[in-house]
Amino acid sequence: MAATNNEVWQSATVVAVTDVAAGIRRIELEPSAPKHAEPGSHIDLTVTINGEQEKRSYSVVESLDGGNTLVISVFKAPVSRGGSVFMHTLKPGDTLRITQPLQNFPLRVGAERYVLLAGGIGITAIANMAAVLRNVKADYTVVYAGRSRAAMAYLTDLQDLHGDRLQIHVDDEGSSLDVSALIGGIDPGTELYMCGPIRLMDAVRRGWTERELALPDLRYETFGNSGWYDPEEFVVRIPRLGIEATVGQGRSMLEALEDADVDMMFDCRKGECGLCEVRILNLDGAVDHRDVFYSERQQHAQEKMCCCVSRAVSSATGSRADSPGRPAVVTIDVS
Amino acid sequence: MTVLQSSSSTTNKVLGHPLNAWYVAAWDHEVTRKPMARKIADRPLALYRTEDGKAVALADACWHRLAPLSMGKTVGKDGIQCPYHGIVYNSAGRCASMPAQESINPSATVPSFPVVERHRFVWVWLGDPTQADPGLVPDMHQMDSQDWAGDGETIFAPCNYQLVLDNLMDLTHEEFVHASSIGQEELSESEFVVTHDDRTVTVSRWMLNIDAPPFWLKNMRDKFPGFEGKVDRWQIIRFEAPSTIRIDVGVAKAGTGAPDGDRSQGVNGYVMNTISPETAKSCHYFWAFMRNYCLDSQLITTQLRNGVHGVFGEDEAMLKAQQEAIDANPDYEFYSLNIDAGGMWVRRLIERMLQAEGRLAAAL
Repeated sequence: MAATNNEVWQSATVVAVTDVAAGIRRIELEPSAPKHAEPGSHIDLTVTINGEQEKRSYSVVESLDGGNTLVISVFKAPVSRGGSVFMHTLKPGDTLRITQPLQNFPLRVGAERYVLLAGGIGITAIANMAAVLRNVKADYTVVYAGRSRAAMAYLTDLQDLHGDRLQIHVDDEGSSLDVSALIGGIDPGTELYMCGPIRLMDAVRRGWTERELALPDLRYETFGNSGWYDPEEFVVRIPRLGIEATVGQGRSMLEALEDADVDMMFDCRKGECGLCEVRILNLDGAVDHRDVFYSERQQHAQEKMCCCVSRAVSSATGSRADSPGRPAVVTIDVS
Repeated sequence: MTVLQSSSSTTNKVLGHPLNAWYVAAWDHEVTRKPMARKIADRPLALYRTEDGKAVALADACWHRLAPLSMGKTVGKDGIQCPYHGIVYNSAGRCASMPAQESINPSATVPSFPVVERHRFVWVWLGDPTQADPGLVPDMHQMDSQDWAGDGETIFAPCNYQLVLDNLMDLTHEEFVHASSIGQEELSESEFVVTHDDRTVTVSRWMLNIDAPPFWLKNMRDKFPGFEGKVDRWQIIRFEAPSTIRIDVGVAKAGTGAPDGDRSQGVNGYVMNTISPETAKSCHYFWAFMRNYCLDSQLITTQLRNGVHGVFGEDEAMLKAQQEAIDANPDYEFYSLNIDAGGMWVRRLIERMLQAEGRLAAAL
């Protein structure tokens, strides 16, 4: 199983919507050109936000009957850019444009051991993998962390399917996940697949590096939509081009620069490839690096940023309590 | 994925290949620390061994700009480095190093295919990896059993793999194609019996009290110096899906009980054949001849390998010509004869595998 980014667009009909946890809705889609979704795959789809078409990505939770029914699950984000709000308006019978399954998070069959780690809505990427590993009788553990049981989708189904192989950590029950204990217990030869909020993923990445476990055994994907800090409106300036643009809460810096007719280079738009890199000339505030392109050293240096996903925040610490009350300003140059 | 039009077995001149199956990618000795390229089932592969000697099959195209990894070199314990920009992948196909940046793009992977090493071959599974059960590797145990000795080669056959299967399932062609070595008229004249199950087809033919053709006379004299006289000859052809055919062949002194199971007064060989589709019009045909007598004679091993090489050269010429005739006459159909019974059951089993994979429309 390998990465596939060949976008084949088709129409899909919503056949069922069900609430499966607080704020999480299960959406079953029947695509017009069905294709089986391998574990770890996602679909891109177009959402309508303020009359504009935008693209969003959602992991395929289940691929039924060879892909004739694809199930996704959408968390209505408290600080949504608008996509999840739109997705929560869908009713059976609605149609939308979706891609055939795309794959950036392939599961390898044949590893000695697996740990699948899901934080909150991250379970959508992990559930399908867990089902396949169970079928092939692999040695695996599913670690599922959430704020409260009510906010954890598919909990009962997963318990029924995976029994003792499922470990649950619930913040409001005092059983929060201890990342260093989790990483400390990993044997070399184990592959860890994770999907969840960036703080969790960063903590795992750091622990993994500190233990000097093999980097290719740590598997994750990023849609770049989760940061260390809440998104704020900020200002971007390009003195050489005489441009000043405001990046709204629901827009990316790359989109804002494109809107301002800056000729931008980019590719992945999810913080992986580094093509949309801009040079930071001056910064009033802090950068919320949401990419996985830069190393920790490079992120601390604050000399460059991947403008497709990363943002500026007004306070130097990122905390709203420390905010000076005016938007951050990042002065950059582009290639 | 191509879905072939539905049609009956008789009119599918050549067949697509199932993907949920083990195919031989290479002889064990071919795969080394130096990466090699081989295309199996339309999929270009880079094959190499890890430091621990484990065979690896990766897609032969770097994630970045698709440069062939087989042109690169092995690095570290289990890695391979792209020859173009130095990106390193491990044996699972995961990027382990990107020379031009401090981080690794988490999407950077190339497909890694399940591999099993067995019976002196490296087998690869190109379909759904969750179905890659090593228990499904075809039985070729004579290849590495102490009771058998022999060796073989690979033919690169410029024809659809199905034509090779047809060729091996009906040995009446020996009378005409291999007249100077193993052919004789009794092959076409004698009765044969065909049986099958879900994964195998067996064609058995006995020719009693006949003269041994030159190839078999030589073998008899290796075991029984100065042998003269009639022999009982057998050919028991066993197909195992999707493309492995072992042929239990031999002759014994006539009337000494070989048909009843006593082969002590004879010589027994196994023609081992396993065919891996390369493209729709080419295949890698791996064969060996294994014998159960004079086990320590390298001379006989070499003579048999060279002898069979000559015989199979005659098949190769015919198969090439047949594929060219098929291509040159697209509007002509195949017709079948009673002698095709074994081959037709092979086609039926393969068609069922293709249907199960959704790659052949169900027959109406």
